[in-house]
Amino acid sequence: MSMVLAFLAQTLRIAVPYLFAAAGGVLAERSGIISLTLEGFMLGGAFSAMLGSYWSGNPWVGVLAGVVGGLVLGLVHAVATIRYKADQVVSGIAINLLAVGLTRYFLKLVFDSSSNSPRVAGFSAGTSTTALVAGLLHNPLIPLGLVALPVVAWLMYRTPFGLRVRAVGEHPEAAATLGVSVARVRYVAVALSGALAALGGTYLSLDQHQFTDGMSAGRGFIALAAIIFGRWDPMRAALACLFFAAAETLQIQLQAMQAIPSQFVQMIPYVLTIVALVGVVGRAIPPAALGRE
Amino acid sequence: MSAKGLPAAMRARVAEALLPPLVALLVSIVAGDLLILAVGQSPGAVYRMMLEGTWGNAYGFGQVLYKTTTLVCTGLAVAVGLRAGLFNIGAEGQLAAGGLGAALVGLALPAGTTALLAVPLCTVAALAGGGIVGYVPGVLRARWGAHEVITTIMLNFIVLALLSWMLSGRLRVPETLHTQAIRSGELPRLATWWAPFHGSAANASLLIVLAAAVATSWYLFHTSRGYELRAVGLQPEAAESGGVSVGNTWIRALTLSGALAGLGGINFVLGYEHYYEEGFATGAGFLGIAVALVGRSNPFGVVLAALFFATLSQGGLAINALVPKQMVDALQGVVILAMAASVPEVRRLLAIGRSAR
Repeated sequence: MSMVLAFLAQTLRIAVPYLFAAAGGVLAERSGIISLTLEGFMLGGAFSAMLGSYWSGNPWVGVLAGVVGGLVLGLVHAVATIRYKADQVVSGIAINLLAVGLTRYFLKLVFDSSSNSPRVAGFSAGTSTTALVAGLLHNPLIPLGLVALPVVAWLMYRTPFGLRVRAVGEHPEAAATLGVSVARVRYVAVALSGALAALGGTYLSLDQHQFTDGMSAGRGFIALAAIIFGRWDPMRAALACLFFAAAETLQIQLQAMQAIPSQFVQMIPYVLTIVALVGVVGRAIPPAALGRE
Repeated sequence: MSAKGLPAAMRARVAEALLPPLVALLVSIVAGDLLILAVGQSPGAVYRMMLEGTWGNAYGFGQVLYKTTTLVCTGLAVAVGLRAGLFNIGAEGQLAAGGLGAALVGLALPAGTTALLAVPLCTVAALAGGGIVGYVPGVLRARWGAHEVITTIMLNFIVLALLSWMLSGRLRVPETLHTQAIRSGELPRLATWWAPFHGSAANASLLIVLAAAVATSWYLFHTSRGYELRAVGLQPEAAESGGVSVGNTWIRALTLSGALAGLGGINFVLGYEHYYEEGFATGAGFLGIAVALVGRSNPFGVVLAALFFATLSQGGLAINALVPKQMVDALQGVVILAMAASVPEVRRLLAIGRSAR
């Protein structure tokens, strides 16, 4: 029983950053803007959250700083792609490189380190098996992460804003004809996606009580994989995040047995994404206006 | 078209090709100034130090040339894809696969195999390693319509994990992340021909890679296959109704793209360390995108852009005493972002200028 609980608890802990990032990604992609940026948003959020917590000594200021960091990066991406009509893929890659570069630069500048920040105030409890479950409650970002995608689902399907997001993502010309400002809806969606993905990064740095160089470690791309595997639906994306996290947990727990090489477990999200795109288990069809002006 | 119209059209094309890189350069210099001022240094002194450490001495320039070699390959890879209307983001995995291919052949050949045989074999293996990795997203796109942006990103992770697994078996030297040194197929360092390069990693693979750039340019602009590839990139529907198989062209383009990225593997494996090491390709794939964009997807532009980004990358090390070298990581992002934003903007402004005339 405690084995099962420990497994579930660890799965949730691993899933939280994916859930936040996927929530942001679903919003942006459904509005028609490609989300290759999630990785950079997470890294930037992780860094600014650490900085906020370091300077204030209060992890909640860290959360706020993380959100602001994500908003700023999101707006940069939005201005480039919406105002200047930059290629969304190129801008996304640039944002990711920018996040890597700026976090490294300021890590060196502020803390004179090329690897990690000093310890800052954070949220996590201990890591022993019994503390795992309790730790879930001690870190407020965990329950927040769990509701992120359901909230996005509600926003998307039950509110006028969500209707507009879906409209500009599927048929921007028609939405514009009906008086919807395509640019404004996309600005809001991309800025929100930056903030949400940054919360995923915030979780990482506040959970570990420090920032380490490159700590997003590809999680933004796993979140993107979950979105595609979940066929751009928030709830299905949430299930995909949990599934990927469970596979990772299993791999960590089986590591001692060396049953499957860890590299093959790491491949799971990426292989499944390609399988979904190829259409073996129901075709994943992106929003119609994704990547177009 | 009137006789006067032709030069004007040419001028517009040249402006459209050259203005965005100039804008990107200016923006990155301004961003660099801000980052330098943030540490309280003088931008002029830092840029001068950067130039002295790269183009100002033979060793630094040798290092620039070494870095240029790999970037030309990944830049050409992305450029060929862009010409066909495809975005190859998988150059990193393709480069790594090419490196392992070259190392495997170099390890399999008996010691003392003449370089005249070993170098071509290893080079073909590098092309093949990258080409296979490029072929997969080509087929996925052509047969199933799976978008290559996503599949090449996902394949990067898959290929790097696969290579790491292959290496983790008997292939690697225990306690390291690299293979044994190859027994044949080594390429000479440039220092053996010109002593001042001594100590730098620049090697003869630069010549092979430059030849590949010339060949790529020939293929794109002087062969019917190259013409088809560009036609598909500009107007797939029109090319299809003109009798070109769009699907086959996509497969051919991405396979060639992957092979060019894979070719970069010889720079590290045959020319520098003489073994395959996990992680040698890190970052070169994404920088290849920057190189192809700034080089405007033209093979000769790619060579110049590779030289620029290699200078920036080596320059970071040169200025480390004054400004954290991580500054150039941020500047690479700035250049790509400015490039992405200025291409459509320049096109729009030029169009306004034309209609106003």
